[in-house]
Amino acid sequence: MKTTVEEFSPVQEKGSTFLLRTHLPYGLVGVLFGIVFVKAEIVSWFRIQEMFRFTSFHMYGVIGSAVVTGMISVFLLKKFRVKAITGEPIAIAPKVFQPGQVYGGLLFGFGWALTGACPGPLFAQIGAGYSVVIVTLLSAIAGTWAYGALRKYLP
Amino acid sequence: MIEWLSRPWPWYVAGPLIGLTVPTLLLLGNKAFGISSSLRHICAACFPAGLSFFQYDWKRERWNLFFVGGIFLGGILAVLLLPNPDPLVIAPQTKEDLAALHVSDFRGLLPEDLFSWSNILTWRGLVVTVVGGFLVGFGTRWAGGCTSGHAIMGLSNLQWPSLVATVSFMVGGLLMTWFGLPFLLK
Repeated sequence: MKTTVEEFSPVQEKGSTFLLRTHLPYGLVGVLFGIVFVKAEIVSWFRIQEMFRFTSFHMYGVIGSAVVTGMISVFLLKKFRVKAITGEPIAIAPKVFQPGQVYGGLLFGFGWALTGACPGPLFAQIGAGYSVVIVTLLSAIAGTWAYGALRKYLP
Repeated sequence: MIEWLSRPWPWYVAGPLIGLTVPTLLLLGNKAFGISSSLRHICAACFPAGLSFFQYDWKRERWNLFFVGGIFLGGILAVLLLPNPDPLVIAPQTKEDLAALHVSDFRGLLPEDLFSWSNILTWRGLVVTVVGGFLVGFGTRWAGGCTSGHAIMGLSNLQWPSLVATVSFMVGGLLMTWFGLPFLLK
């Protein structure tokens, strides 16, 4: 077995093939994720409006059951000290509290109700044929850039 | 099977699938689920402009760009292969409330009265796309994450700052829906 490993030395793996091979799985997860986003209508402006108007349980059900599934998964991964397939131990960086989580959170909430989308659904909406959302996405990139430029003046 | 898949998926199918993204990304390479970071990586890759916030090795975070590229592709595949045969079902009360805000197109995922190239230069079109998009980008970065990074990933990992962020997202959305929209979409 050792010889096989040497035959395919990492040196030959550099370049675009290597990049594709290591990153394609994330792309595939993204594809499935995007299909769920559109088919469960999470990317719909109307579903987000229903959520904020308390007229449908759908989005609460989606987010709630996603969080519960995520919690159980993270608990199990930690409990059994599972490693990633790359051999890396799984470690999640803790979130540190900063005032931005309130101020920025509110601003994002405003934007969420206006656009009917968080960053993920923006990409799915464009894919689903709403090409005008490209403008929304570019504006979101501009907003991110503006934060980078102004952050030293913000709490 | 295809017929069933073409209909809108219920929350108890979609939610757990989205939740499973968390362990999948961790198992694939110890990656923390989060989407708004992709916007930061795009800034760092395309126009860092010497800002310290964008001075980092974005190439190490390329997986995130593949991930959002996949979401875009997933959006295409969903409408191409599994188009919903029925019109979107919207709660009657919300339909009524939105009609009062002059939203009249209830056929698709987004109303054309607000989201279309022909309306992009109207006040309403600019508010929902340009202003809304800017707030999404600025707000998520200031908050250090979005619905995926805080509400799903952060809460899954029992992080209380993520709960603070999630509550703020909801409060912001409620304020905009109940007090902002009636004023902005008049």
